[in-house]
Amino acid sequence: MVNIEVVLFVVLAVLFVGSGIMVITRRSPVLAVLYLILNFFALAGLYLTLQAQFIAVIQIIVYAGAIMVLFLFVIMLLNLKDEEKLIEKITARKVLAVGLSAAVMFEILYIIWISTPGIERDVAKAEELGRVEAIGKALFSDFLFPFEVTSVVLIVAIVGAVILAKKKLD
Amino acid sequence: MFETAIIAGAKIVLTLITLLTLVVLTVYTERRVSAFVQDRVGPNRVGPKGLLQAVADVVKLLMKEDIVPKNANKPIHDLAPMISIGVAMSTFAVIPIGSTMTLFGRQIDMMIADVNIGILYILALTSMGVYGITLAGWSSNNKYSLLGGLRSSAQLISYELSMGVSIIGVLLISGSLELDEIVGKQAATLWGGIPAWNVFLQPVAFVTFVVAAFAETNRLPFDLPEAEPELVGGYHTEYSGLKFGLFMLSEYVNMIVASAIIVTLFLGGYAFPWGEQFGLSGNSLAVAEVLTFCVKTGLVMFFIIMIRWTLPRFRYDQLMRLGWKVMLPIALANLVVTASILALMNWA
Repeated sequence: MVNIEVVLFVVLAVLFVGSGIMVITRRSPVLAVLYLILNFFALAGLYLTLQAQFIAVIQIIVYAGAIMVLFLFVIMLLNLKDEEKLIEKITARKVLAVGLSAAVMFEILYIIWISTPGIERDVAKAEELGRVEAIGKALFSDFLFPFEVTSVVLIVAIVGAVILAKKKLD
Repeated sequence: MFETAIIAGAKIVLTLITLLTLVVLTVYTERRVSAFVQDRVGPNRVGPKGLLQAVADVVKLLMKEDIVPKNANKPIHDLAPMISIGVAMSTFAVIPIGSTMTLFGRQIDMMIADVNIGILYILALTSMGVYGITLAGWSSNNKYSLLGGLRSSAQLISYELSMGVSIIGVLLISGSLELDEIVGKQAATLWGGIPAWNVFLQPVAFVTFVVAAFAETNRLPFDLPEAEPELVGGYHTEYSGLKFGLFMLSEYVNMIVASAIIVTLFLGGYAFPWGEQFGLSGNSLAVAEVLTFCVKTGLVMFFIIMIRWTLPRFRYDQLMRLGWKVMLPIALANLVVTASILALMNWA
């Protein structure tokens, strides 16, 4: 009998990586956005297998539900056509980039290979931590300062966006 | 585990069948009410009092030819109505229609999924609903459809904010994201015997939420994405047959779900306060609760239908101004006031 969590993880991980590859290989921007939404859903599912309900649903509300709608809105408004195929030249920089990424990937694989699952798995505790109450308590006590600073940064960004969008200030 | 799966499956099937039947009834009600408002008779030929008119319409939609425009994006053109109906139906999963019922010696919760984050689940799904309409507009390769899709995404983004902010007011009072607990909090009575419904505790949030719910379900006066006089049929101009039927279906399912959410969050949900006076307990109480829920939801739906046939449609700039310059500030002010009062009460 296979553990259902493992099955879910494998399905979601394949979906996650597969949709990620589709995002960067599609020529139509709208299709790329759709695969990115699928990608976010797979990620939310992965969060759920880690008992992080709140993070999972926030992932969907904020990224899939709000940011991607804006992406789609802009792409449709500009009526973007499919990307044209470019003739690519192989330069020294590209060779270096491929080499470096390959090295990073092998490092990650090596670390996974040598590491043993040393952390005690405690599902009850994980479920406790993933609840809204626990996250709220941590956010408004231990991490209050970073939380407030983030809100200030966001306000600044909103004001900046409004100023940029308004052609003349009155 | 096997047993839980069977119970959940039975609940899902039952809910889907009920929703589909309700849609047929709602369409009939809407047509009869609109006829009443406009001093007409309305459908009265098929079946007794015209009750089978909606069934006849469904059969007609099923028999019709499905036409896809030549330059449309076929896969997405097919996908869009599925997203719409899937999202609309799955929202109902977290809405409690009663407390518990004992069947065959088992306690059964009267909701499909009892999740810790009920309200957030609803918000997440309503924010997904926009994709159905937007993609329908884009994939049809038609100017009017595209404009409908664009309007829909702008409208939903704008009204989602005030909807979320007005929900926070309710959350502050209930202290929980679970819909079941929010209903439980409303079962109490305030001074003088008024039920402690959130509509009395959070009247401003109630108004902003209801307005936002109209906008989110694309009901008149907010049906800009399919404004017939300007956009032919809006996002579903190029849809026919069953796929058009699915959009119709999801519009009505959305209306039912929105009414159910309004009842759950603001109008006391399924809570039946006089259970003890009438000597009800166990299954008879559960039946009373379900009936309470259905009656309340039906009344809210009647209200939504009446609004549709009495108010004219907004102009697009008016819609945006209302969303950003009126609704959002009011909802935010309500949030600040509620939070301050609660803080003072805790402090005193």
